[in-house]
Amino acid sequence: MPHYQEALPELFEVLKSYAKEGQVLTEDTHLISDLGLDSMKVMQLLLETEERFDISIPLNVVTDVRTVKDFARQIEHLTEQQ
Amino acid sequence: MALLEKFQQLAQAREALAQISADPFRVTIEQILSPTEAMINGRHTILVGTNNYLGLTFDPACIEAAVAAVKEQGTGTTGSRMANGSFGGHVALEHELARFYGRRQGVVFSTGYLANLGIISALTAAGDVILIDGDCHASIYDGCRMSSAEVIRFRHNDVGDLHKRLRRLGSRQTNTLIIVEGIYSMLGDRAPLAEIAAVKQEYGAYLLLDEAHSLGVLGEHGRGLSEEAGVDAHIDFIVGTFSKSLGATGGFCVSDHDELELTRYASRPYIFTASPCPSVIASTRAALEILQSRPELRARLWTNAHRLYDELKKLGFALGPEPSPVVAVLFDQREEAIGFWNGLQDLGIYVNMILPPAAPEGRSLLRCSISAAHTPEHIDRICQSFAAVRQSLPSMRSR
Repeated sequence: MPHYQEALPELFEVLKSYAKEGQVLTEDTHLISDLGLDSMKVMQLLLETEERFDISIPLNVVTDVRTVKDFARQIEHLTEQQ
Repeated sequence: MALLEKFQQLAQAREALAQISADPFRVTIEQILSPTEAMINGRHTILVGTNNYLGLTFDPACIEAAVAAVKEQGTGTTGSRMANGSFGGHVALEHELARFYGRRQGVVFSTGYLANLGIISALTAAGDVILIDGDCHASIYDGCRMSSAEVIRFRHNDVGDLHKRLRRLGSRQTNTLIIVEGIYSMLGDRAPLAEIAAVKQEYGAYLLLDEAHSLGVLGEHGRGLSEEAGVDAHIDFIVGTFSKSLGATGGFCVSDHDELELTRYASRPYIFTASPCPSVIASTRAALEILQSRPELRARLWTNAHRLYDELKKLGFALGPEPSPVVAVLFDQREEAIGFWNGLQDLGIYVNMILPPAAPEGRSLLRCSISAAHTPEHIDRICQSFAAVRQSLPSMRSR
């Protein structure tokens, strides 16, 4: 059951393959505007993250996730819940 | 951002498409000649994108019933059933649908889209979970958006993934509504329904099956995938539409749960819209009779579907995973699909074009929907046209 600080490095691992060449990922990196993810890539990212953390991410929470920090917080919350 | 600025992106996308193609999303059918033929751009065209599976839109009995209803009951109901009352035909059709499926309850909606909105939003609330197949239709996604329940997607037709996601829900498993479709509208593949029903039983969840594309198409009596898979008893709610095999407009839900009757008081898409016109109800009732009394239509539909699928496969096109009345021809490049769609149009063949993100896995597809009313000559001409367009497109010639 990862807490925020444990979830963060694992999330960076997942996000690495979505980053542009040379792009540095931080907690404030914006998933859409900084990584340039389209809707297909967002779905793929969700599936990979779900596998990594053994959680299901409800579609309802996706709209509230804008930055890496938001995403890690949601993962923390969902792992506690599930 | 000013209110209307958001449309700029759409305007640019439309402009870019207009540079290379006629607008595939604004085709005007100048004259409809039959269930399978029309005049488009002054050209005689074979319709292969209508969902008119049994070809009943011009059936004399359906037309006669609709005309008689207009004359006897007028052109419309001018309001909702809750406020204005139900016409006799609404109630009769609900009984006939319930009897057809062997269920205790049936509710009719004004469109198939509203049936999904109305049922999903009424059945689920905050604290509940909706588990949907990732390839479900937009009406299912929109029904989920109307609900306060948590919405989770599982991988398309992946029973293992569904299993895993139900396990994660723990005590909320019995508050979960699983939603799948009989035949998926994009690729024409069936849900693995027997396995899904078994998983649903194991966890004590509920199962809603949308038979929009499978009513009248699958099963010995045309009831759909639930009949074909032999799991009628395990499907809690069946949703369907009148706008495909029944050749009209409207939607329905049937169930053995008595609570379905109560959704009439809770379902906003049922309450706050005008009820179906008398003519629509009358032609649908006639079509439902024909669906049951003329199984040869279903047989002819499948003969046609196999003929098209097998021939396109032989020609080397990438197709959906299994033969069905929805035959999807897949393209990796959006421009190829657009070029192909235009080429077919020029040869008098009308199919549906689906571009990302509407098509699965970022691919583009041309969707052919086959009808019992297509002749073998129609099917041959469709296949010949596919082959001819491929020859005419430089990027496709080598394939």
